[in-house]
Amino acid sequence: MSKICIVFDRLRSEEKMLQKEASEIGHDTVMLDAKITQVNTDSKEEDYDLGDVVLERCVSYFRGLHFTASLEFLDIPVLNKFDVASICGNKMFMTLLLKKNNIPTPKTHFSFSSQSAAENIEKVGYPLVIKPVIGSWGRGVMPIKDKDTMDAISEIRDITDSPHDRIYYLQELIKRPPRDIRVITIGDNPVAAMYRKSSGGFKTNIALGADPELCEITPEMEDMASKASKAMGGGILGIDMMEDDKQGLVVHEVNNTVEFKGLARVAQKNIPKEMVEFAINYVRK
Amino acid sequence: MNCPECDAILNIPDDASVGEIVSCPDCGADFEISKKDGSNVELKQAESVGEDWGE
Repeated sequence: MSKICIVFDRLRSEEKMLQKEASEIGHDTVMLDAKITQVNTDSKEEDYDLGDVVLERCVSYFRGLHFTASLEFLDIPVLNKFDVASICGNKMFMTLLLKKNNIPTPKTHFSFSSQSAAENIEKVGYPLVIKPVIGSWGRGVMPIKDKDTMDAISEIRDITDSPHDRIYYLQELIKRPPRDIRVITIGDNPVAAMYRKSSGGFKTNIALGADPELCEITPEMEDMASKASKAMGGGILGIDMMEDDKQGLVVHEVNNTVEFKGLARVAQKNIPKEMVEFAINYVRK
Repeated sequence: MNCPECDAILNIPDDASVGEIVSCPDCGADFEISKKDGSNVELKQAESVGEDWGE
């Protein structure tokens, strides 16, 4: 019997599912709220009840990332690893790594000031999609179809001027059916997939009301998801793909703290159980 | 128990855990269960959605 620690900052049904599955297959669980946990440079593993392995499940990316750094400082095995979380949490780092590993991904342009972004777009042309390099659930992802829209976005970013506002991530607008595909990988193996159908708008995020539908994992999806997972450093990931009319499947995002509530209801495999078993085997290796 | 914001009755399930969010059906305010000892439950204001929230 092993002990698994689930780190959270907001207890969602996913974390409760993980706890339940771990208990049902005979493992002890400990639920740890990152918001009320303190660490210092003299902290030792024995100061905490962290079990044999930690599943980091914070909804806040920066909280989860920094908590993971603390756990790795304590030499506790944690999923996902800091390096994986760090790369997947930044769309630019993730896109560069996908491309570096020859995984089909939409062509993306980067600029590091509003003036440079404007010059870049003059060369590339419209339409494009602008995405914040940090952020999820489709926030701030906008299609840009003309100069007026781009000027408005640049002006707002110059006013708010948060550090990430200076990074312009401009991606080709993929011609595709009004849906994308989410594949959950555990240890580089795809375990379940769903179509996320747009509820009318441009975005297909479940958090924004997109309609999930079970998707059969084709050999091509399996191969691309596995390669994308390996490129990021493995662990438990959500690989997002689009069906491009010209290029076929392209991977446009890899998610670190994957949400699976909707997919778990319809998937043939028991997703939380697979996650728990992977975590336990991860430390046995 | 009652909603700290509007005093409406909050129905907190028996199997609710510390860290879970309960929403007031009347005013919509979100609260996090900060302590739970049997039927004694303590609530605190839930964090609002942050810019870095999500997968």
